[in-house]
Amino acid sequence: MRLQFILSEIGIGLRRNLSMTISVVLVTFVSLTFVGAAGLLQMQISKMKDQWYDRVEVSVFLCPATSSEPTCASGEVTEDQLAEVRSALEGPEAGPYVDEVFYESQEEAYASFQDQFDDQFWASVVTVDDMNASLRIKLTDPSRYDVVADVVAGRQGVETVENQRRLFDQVFLVLNRATLLAGGLAAVMLLAAVLLITTTIRLSALSRRRETGIMRLVGASTFFIQLPFMLEGAIAATVGAGLAVAGLWFGVENVVQEWLGGTVTWIPFVGADEVWSIAPLLVGVAILLAAISSIVTLSRYTKV
Amino acid sequence: MIRFENVTKVYDRGARPALDRVTLDVERGEFVFLVGASGSGKSTFLRLVLREERASAGKVFVAGKELGTLSSWKVPGLRRQIGTVFQDFRLLPNKTVFENVAFALQVIGKPRHHILTTVPDVLEVVGLAGKEKRKPGELSGGEQQRVAIARAFVNRPPILLCDEPTGNLDPTTSLGIMRLLDRINRTGTTVVMATHDDEIVDQMRKRVVELSGGELVRDQSRGVYGSDR
Repeated sequence: MRLQFILSEIGIGLRRNLSMTISVVLVTFVSLTFVGAAGLLQMQISKMKDQWYDRVEVSVFLCPATSSEPTCASGEVTEDQLAEVRSALEGPEAGPYVDEVFYESQEEAYASFQDQFDDQFWASVVTVDDMNASLRIKLTDPSRYDVVADVVAGRQGVETVENQRRLFDQVFLVLNRATLLAGGLAAVMLLAAVLLITTTIRLSALSRRRETGIMRLVGASTFFIQLPFMLEGAIAATVGAGLAVAGLWFGVENVVQEWLGGTVTWIPFVGADEVWSIAPLLVGVAILLAAISSIVTLSRYTKV
Repeated sequence: MIRFENVTKVYDRGARPALDRVTLDVERGEFVFLVGASGSGKSTFLRLVLREERASAGKVFVAGKELGTLSSWKVPGLRRQIGTVFQDFRLLPNKTVFENVAFALQVIGKPRHHILTTVPDVLEVVGLAGKEKRKPGELSGGEQQRVAIARAFVNRPPILLCDEPTGNLDPTTSLGIMRLLDRINRTGTTVVMATHDDEIVDQMRKRVVELSGGELVRDQSRGVYGSDR
């Protein structure tokens, strides 16, 4: 009887304030979508870090025949210069961090370049002489790339030293900024959601003053009087969270996996698994929102 | 059943007290009329009994509990021992007669089978058998008040508070309501009724307590409405 009664009270409340209920659903939907997007961006970052940081290489580009770099003043890199760079990499400073060193000749660089950009028209303009021979250094500890880079940079015969990690760090910077933006928008929307749920509960309580008045008089417990209002807010917010999860899932499946994943194949993208893993968090935030709003409102409007 | 010991109630600091050092004892099973002009403190008296207000000074005892020290989570328990009837009935217009009475039991968590047997019984007592499916809007004023009384009495509370229950009714209908209240009183229920209706008070010849400006000015068994009669 009790459960059935409470459920019917909730139904009446939700229907009586239908437009408010819908607005609560929509606001929590939008705000939690931003929360979820921020979460997914962070997951994307850690996923990329996992995959890339282990494979980070330091590329030492050796001087080609024509180069304006001062270290290449003597023209194309000589055998002696190359040997000197190699021995520096084995020396006491860089040695402990160097795992393996591969030599990539101009011809090999050209071949892999043509391989990668096969279908691009401008690839055909590039010749073997445009390519750099290079040393590809695999590191034992990818986070110490700067030590290795410092040892070889500026030596005769070395045109530039590039550590891939710096490139990634820029990508991560962009993604982190995007996370901040999404997080900021989420915070504003969450505030709006709390205010809206508060107003909705208040309206609902006012429109049922007669009922709650009688309930107080006949000795219904405060909890029993307030429960339907709390559950109304919680249900609306949870539906919003459900929509947010569905929206994120749709976005990840269709935009990230299908479209981005189809064009940019070398990045591991977040998928439905990540969405499911943040879904409980979103529902939790929704219930927390409703709980905060209930506590703020109900103590004032359904006083015993 | 209800005891006031030197009870004073001041709503706003510095204002004239709504109740001023009132001492009163209502025994179990008594029928008491509470009379006095508007603003004399009748409603404040009822609100103090219901613990809708707390006394500013003095002690209020209801059903053996001192309300000044009663913690707020125990207030619902107190109110389950008090039925309340108002001048404006306070029925729920969307619910039927049966549902209105059942509502009082549902919200205190009574099981369905209990409700299904108790509600028809109490509707029989108040003389509304056969009108269970009507909405309040389809009933006369007297019948609506009977629904309200049924709702107040369905849980068989030891105390029934009535705030001008006949204020909106014509004399004949009022008489019917009074007969009903009298019958309820004879089952052992303590009835406290605030009223302006001198005819009824004079006819019933019950204990009369008169308030004036917040002070208790008369307490008379088998009394009448006006003190000068």
